[in-house]
Amino acid sequence: MNKKEPLFHVVKRDEMPWYHTWLIRIIAVLLALVVCSVVTMLLTGQNPLEVFEAIVYGGFGSPRKTWILLQNLAILLCVSVGLAPAFRMRFWNIGGEGQILMGCFGAASCMILLGGKIPNALLIFLMVVVSVLAGALWGFVPAFFKAKWGTNETLFTLMMNYVAIQLVSYFTIVWEVPKGSGKIGIINQQTMAGWFPSIGGNKYLLNVLIVAAITAFMYVYLKYNKHGYEIAVVGESQNTARYIGINVEHVIMRTMALSGAVCGTAGLLLVAGTDHTLTTTISANRGFTAVLVAWLGKFNPLWMILASFIIVFLSRGASQISTSFGLNESFGDIITGIIIFFIIGSEFFIRYKVCFRGQGTEEIERKKSAADARNEDRDRKSEENDRWKSKDGEEPASPDPQPGAEESAKEDTGKAPEGQKEDR
Amino acid sequence: MENRTPAVSMRGITKTFGSVVANEDVSLDIYRGEIVALLGENGSGKTTLMNMLSGIYYPDEGQIFIDGKEVVIRSPKDAYRLGIGMIHQHFKLVGVMTAAENIVLGLKEPGRLDLKAATARIRSICDQYGFVLDPEQKIYDMSVSQKQTVEIIKVLYRSADILILDEPTAVLTPQETEKLFAVLRNMKKDGKAIVIITHKLNEVKELSDRVVILRHGKAVDDVRTAETTTQQMTDLMVGHAVTLNINRSEPVNPKPRIGVEHLTVRTEDGILKLDDVSFEARSGEILGIAGISGSGQKELLESIAGLQRVESGSICYYSDHGEEKSLIGMNPLDIQQMGIMLSFVPEDRLGMGLVGNMDLVDNMMLRSYRRGHSLFTDRRSPHRLAEKVVDELDVLTPGLTTPVRRLSGGNVQKVLVGREIASAPTVLLTAYAVRGLDINSSYTIYDLLNQQKESGVAVVYVGEDLDVLLQLADRILVLCDGKMSGILDARKTNKNEVGLMMTQIGGEERE
Repeated sequence: MNKKEPLFHVVKRDEMPWYHTWLIRIIAVLLALVVCSVVTMLLTGQNPLEVFEAIVYGGFGSPRKTWILLQNLAILLCVSVGLAPAFRMRFWNIGGEGQILMGCFGAASCMILLGGKIPNALLIFLMVVVSVLAGALWGFVPAFFKAKWGTNETLFTLMMNYVAIQLVSYFTIVWEVPKGSGKIGIINQQTMAGWFPSIGGNKYLLNVLIVAAITAFMYVYLKYNKHGYEIAVVGESQNTARYIGINVEHVIMRTMALSGAVCGTAGLLLVAGTDHTLTTTISANRGFTAVLVAWLGKFNPLWMILASFIIVFLSRGASQISTSFGLNESFGDIITGIIIFFIIGSEFFIRYKVCFRGQGTEEIERKKSAADARNEDRDRKSEENDRWKSKDGEEPASPDPQPGAEESAKEDTGKAPEGQKEDR
Repeated sequence: MENRTPAVSMRGITKTFGSVVANEDVSLDIYRGEIVALLGENGSGKTTLMNMLSGIYYPDEGQIFIDGKEVVIRSPKDAYRLGIGMIHQHFKLVGVMTAAENIVLGLKEPGRLDLKAATARIRSICDQYGFVLDPEQKIYDMSVSQKQTVEIIKVLYRSADILILDEPTAVLTPQETEKLFAVLRNMKKDGKAIVIITHKLNEVKELSDRVVILRHGKAVDDVRTAETTTQQMTDLMVGHAVTLNINRSEPVNPKPRIGVEHLTVRTEDGILKLDDVSFEARSGEILGIAGISGSGQKELLESIAGLQRVESGSICYYSDHGEEKSLIGMNPLDIQQMGIMLSFVPEDRLGMGLVGNMDLVDNMMLRSYRRGHSLFTDRRSPHRLAEKVVDELDVLTPGLTTPVRRLSGGNVQKVLVGREIASAPTVLLTAYAVRGLDINSSYTIYDLLNQQKESGVAVVYVGEDLDVLLQLADRILVLCDGKMSGILDARKTNKNEVGLMMTQIGGEERE
């Protein structure tokens, strides 16, 4: 081997069995913990084990802490699941923030304007309708412009966030209690009109159940429903969608209205289920955190449960560290950052392999013999085919399935090693 | 020649991608003043091998010598420094810039950019080898052949003396190919080492001095072109003997099926793509469409399939009972709902006909998912269809749940054609149905098209290989820059006539 060979080069891996990919992910988390320990010791001198213990305590230390974790998990998951259909369609909805806020605004306005004037059940029903519609509207508008005039959905949804924030800050002043405070405060504190009821003494249980139902619905919708299939086709290739007669514009608008509606529901849960107030920062950047969750969960609602759990658990743990060790809040963020970095980084190692100088000769030998066997097989098979062709009408023996050898090579670097003439 | 030092010597080159061995222990010498043809089927590793010479890939094993000295080529820049230049299939040019600007782009010469001097040098290169090029012309105004010229001069401008051309003739007309070959011969006389990657045997015979045949990533033969025959090369390339002929039957009782009259189509930017085209596609007949790529073939098929907005003209479908239905303004769903079984195998298989990331079953479902009133998709009948297509067309796939992009080009096409003929169409439109397919797969597709024709389908076949068009089609419609150049009887015409009509409106109607 040549000395001037580069120190390492990156090679695409074969498809790995699922347990192998999970092994890599688990190793990544363990490595992340090791790095966190070292950083903890160097920066703070604390015992890293105690720090980890504090993180777990922050999540599950008491029933109350556990419920808060579940509540936060539910809201974040709800937003992420809302983004899922849009992202599946390759429509980059980063307007979750605005759609949540509009949901909050819709629910809060019903509570403020109608609280005590109509029966509570009717009020809650109206809140649901108004917040869902408000969220859907905020999703529909960018989709409409995208479908009709091809505007950029990322910029458009982002700017819709600011419109929502301005709208809410205007009405915060209109509805402020007490006058001059610049805040709305807890809405209907005495009457609790429009507040979600607690189930069995757990005031967050209803939120959790609603989100579980939405997640299950979205999973089925995306995977088994005809709409879900259309969304996938539009996301993969709009040309293919048009080719089979899907009305692409219609699907974009329908899907974004749904996406916004689910985000709006998250806003409803925030106002009616937990916070009972309205501020411009009520969504606490969940619209953006959910983008991370959606990607980590590969746009699959079930994986998003795990992804949002990791995020919420770490952030709860981080605030616990800062209180119990008297550390700056940023320290918790450093730990969270390290862990997420490793989790995301592990995906690289699932897809690629790093070959160091002079390494891997044995492996190549192994592959060669495997390929030889395949090639011989293929030669034999094509000869059979030819024989079959000459004897007209006779059915050929069913072929052994063989991988399209050259093709997996193609997608390696995006550069076709051979014969990609289709897209000339 | 063999006792001189080779300009390039590759020794024991191996390259793998995942579990796929693209090249295995390949050794190859290229001498100056020689044209070497690198011949092989798709996936035999021709382009991969040359990509390692031009610095795009790095070999896993093996050595490369330039003029007898061992070298390491880590990037295209290294390759340029060693005088190696590759002209890829996909041109990498900036449309809004002129030819000269594109040629000097990326060069880091000291001092200020002197476009005048560069233009002068480009002109002298043109004169030296016989290129025809205006250095001040913008790329977007150029034909494919002119763009290719720019790419070649770009390489020469960087003083490359080892040139690699990846399937250079795939996009050219016969006449343009002739011109290119003349230029390449001039370069050869000038002492340059030239490699052309191809799978067209007649070009190998015509142009090259030596031919190296690759099969499954290995070099199986290295012979002087003069000492071999087309049949011998085919057999070596495929690995066993093949017969090369297409059975064309006489059309049985052809009836008008699609009537196109005065069809004019513009793109959204207002560029005229089809100008007053009229023809008729008949049942039980294969209508070939010839033309330089981009002459309006795509727009023609897409207009019929309901994917292209038509400016003026009419497209009619004639059913067996003599009913006449206009297809203007219809989308594919409308056409389907009118009860017209129109199948379309588009040029862009994975970008339009199929979804690359979906598996075989989901791809079969594209045509059928709307069926039934259930909210949910029915995966059982597409599953059965996928099994049937895999079985009947011998699709090589690890399984029905493999994403189709992982299949080889030939198998992707079988999946697409299989789905399209499964609905028992009365009209079958195909665009470049065998593009990128190896010999075996191509002949499978020809057989399928002939079967469809024999069962009374009106087949429209847009093709680029004139030899095949002449053997397969019953009539040939020649397009030239969006206009109709004429309709020929495929049995009574020849390659030269079609080639001429592709470049200029000519040839009287011989309907």
